[in-house]
Amino acid sequence: MGRTLAEKVWDDHVVTRAEGEPDLLFIDLHLLHEVTSPQAFDGLRKAGRAVRRLDLTIATEDHNTPTLDIDKPIADPVSRTQLETLRRNCAEFGVRLHPLGDVEQGVVHVVGPQLGLTQPGTTVVCGDSHTSTHGAFGALAFGIGTSQVEHVLATQTLPLAPFRTMAVTVEGELPEGVTAKDLILAVIARIGTGGGQGYVIEYRGSAIEKLSMEARMTVCNMSIEAGARAGMIAPDETTFAYLKGRPHAPAGDDWDAAVAYWRTLRTDDDAVFDHEVVIDAAGLSPFVTWGTNPGQGAPLSAAVPDPASYSDPSDRFAAEKALEYMGLTAGQALRDVTVDTVFVGSCTNGRIEDLRAAAAVLDGRRIADGVRMLVVPGSVRVGLQAVEEGLDKVFTAAGAEWRHAGCSMCLGMNPDQLAPGERCASTSNRNFEGRQGKGGRTHLVSPQVAAATAVLGHLASPADLAGRTGASDVRTPVEA
Amino acid sequence: MEAFTTHTGRAVPLRRGNVDTDQIIPAHWLKKVTRDGFEDGLFEAWRKDPEFVLNRPERAGASVLVAGPDFGTGSSREHAVWALQNYGFRAVVSSRFADIFRGNSLKNGLLTVVLPQETVEALWRLTETDPAAEVTVDLVGRQVRAEGITADFALDENARWRLLEGLDDIGLTLRHADDITAYEARRPSFKPSTTPLGAQF
Ligand code: SF4
Repeated sequence: MGRTLAEKVWDDHVVTRAEGEPDLLFIDLHLLHEVTSPQAFDGLRKAGRAVRRLDLTIATEDHNTPTLDIDKPIADPVSRTQLETLRRNCAEFGVRLHPLGDVEQGVVHVVGPQLGLTQPGTTVVCGDSHTSTHGAFGALAFGIGTSQVEHVLATQTLPLAPFRTMAVTVEGELPEGVTAKDLILAVIARIGTGGGQGYVIEYRGSAIEKLSMEARMTVCNMSIEAGARAGMIAPDETTFAYLKGRPHAPAGDDWDAAVAYWRTLRTDDDAVFDHEVVIDAAGLSPFVTWGTNPGQGAPLSAAVPDPASYSDPSDRFAAEKALEYMGLTAGQALRDVTVDTVFVGSCTNGRIEDLRAAAAVLDGRRIADGVRMLVVPGSVRVGLQAVEEGLDKVFTAAGAEWRHAGCSMCLGMNPDQLAPGERCASTSNRNFEGRQGKGGRTHLVSPQVAAATAVLGHLASPADLAGRTGASDVRTPVEA
Repeated sequence: MEAFTTHTGRAVPLRRGNVDTDQIIPAHWLKKVTRDGFEDGLFEAWRKDPEFVLNRPERAGASVLVAGPDFGTGSSREHAVWALQNYGFRAVVSSRFADIFRGNSLKNGLLTVVLPQETVEALWRLTETDPAAEVTVDLVGRQVRAEGITADFALDENARWRLLEGLDDIGLTLRHADDITAYEARRPSFKPSTTPLGAQF
């Protein structure tokens, strides 16, 4: 019987396999950041161990880093300690670190791919659940706990229990204005936040194949929000074109050998998935969340659901709690929900294509009075590219704040937070209670919806701007 | 990891179910950069109440926690296990543990023992009546013993062996160091590598 993409990558990394024991898997790339690594380095130090493969390890600072005044000392002493600890650990153990101020600094899941370190057929881990992002390249990539971080540092391997496979097949054309974010939000709403538990999801089908690498990363990024261990997309010409010439991509003969191997990384025709979900791309539309988990979402054109309409009592209870926290009423049109803040950024939608999309909507327009809009590039490189294209000017001319790279308001570990009761349209990935600041209310949206929402002051899509002034009405928006 | 063979100590009866990791160690403790020093964060909200069982003088120095069902649900934070260990707990008894918490605890040498709810109740009654009563958690014999109570428990053989030997996963994996080296030797040259510190980038 044939094998799926995930099974092929797994099999290629088995170091030892024995009855009654988990497989020991080799890890090709280990990404580190300041929050989940300090105790792991401590463990190494106590046991007198070294990092086994410094050449497969890289660190960046992202969760705690400020997005303003980055040349000044970090105000929060606890955040500062966490960053200083990472710097000390990396220096002591010899790990390459891209600290705040470095040109390669940024959100760990944006940095790996842009350096060309994330490659098809590799195993990638990081002490962060959104490591699933890297699966967009056909890598088997997943988040791990701190003990496992230490384990990988010391051995470059992990003992892992087997997974099940799920195919999410999306066929057809995405309608105009519908993005990868809308697609993945719709998938999560369909299968639920626990629907992917124990599975590695492979996204496939003609709609997926047409996606750019940035869009594929957005899709794989949120696999974890469906409870899945990882998400993957088979590598193809789009993947190879993205990688070619990147700093750590193979070159010369190695490139040819790599591509030859990468081409084998496709699910065999006779392979069987443990579970399959089929989605019609043509039926999708801009999607937003109304609740406090990423599965509580609906098309923008819909209304806030009535908890009473849920047959499952625990779903009903969860919906009631969510509406209470979010300050929404059943039946209210989602388009009528007004916001105070708009956040464009994060490892879900903080890449150049996302900034271009938001800028195209904002070009020649102003954000609504009373709305605060933060644009935070996923990495310094993304920020530089945006500046080169003049996107920063578009944002600031529209009244948005252009910030320095980092996780920022995705989780508010730095000063970028919502105040209690504030409502935000956010391109990030989690709308949990308090995620963006204590008492803050989050609606997950695409960059396009974020930008249109900023202009109108309520949840909206670019189509709602028709007839209103804006450069994009009279000429092609900022070109790629 | 410290080996766990058998442990005898006084117990803390925690008559609560569904104790999630946010209750075990609240989120604001996660900015700490060590594995120790979490003892003051353990059950932080409840400890504000002087009558909370952990605050009672007769429970000082107790090392076995006897909790209600579904202990350790919620976020995967390993800090929850560290907090229990930092406080001095060597074993936790409950009728049901959340998966991730259990995995984390066994990785760190905190023995999580699953016993039927009736036995948990019996342990509660005993240790509430006599706070000085000792409870023995015997991993060799896979048994929990206290006055008038003898209860066998199950634990998967691989996990039990690791605990008995005091092997952390790393120690165990390093027994395969030759296999790892052999794998590395056959790894294709086109695989990505970073440039370690000091090397030219
Ligand atoms: S951007 Fe948000 S989700 Fe991504 S790594 Fe940072 S905090 Fe986590």
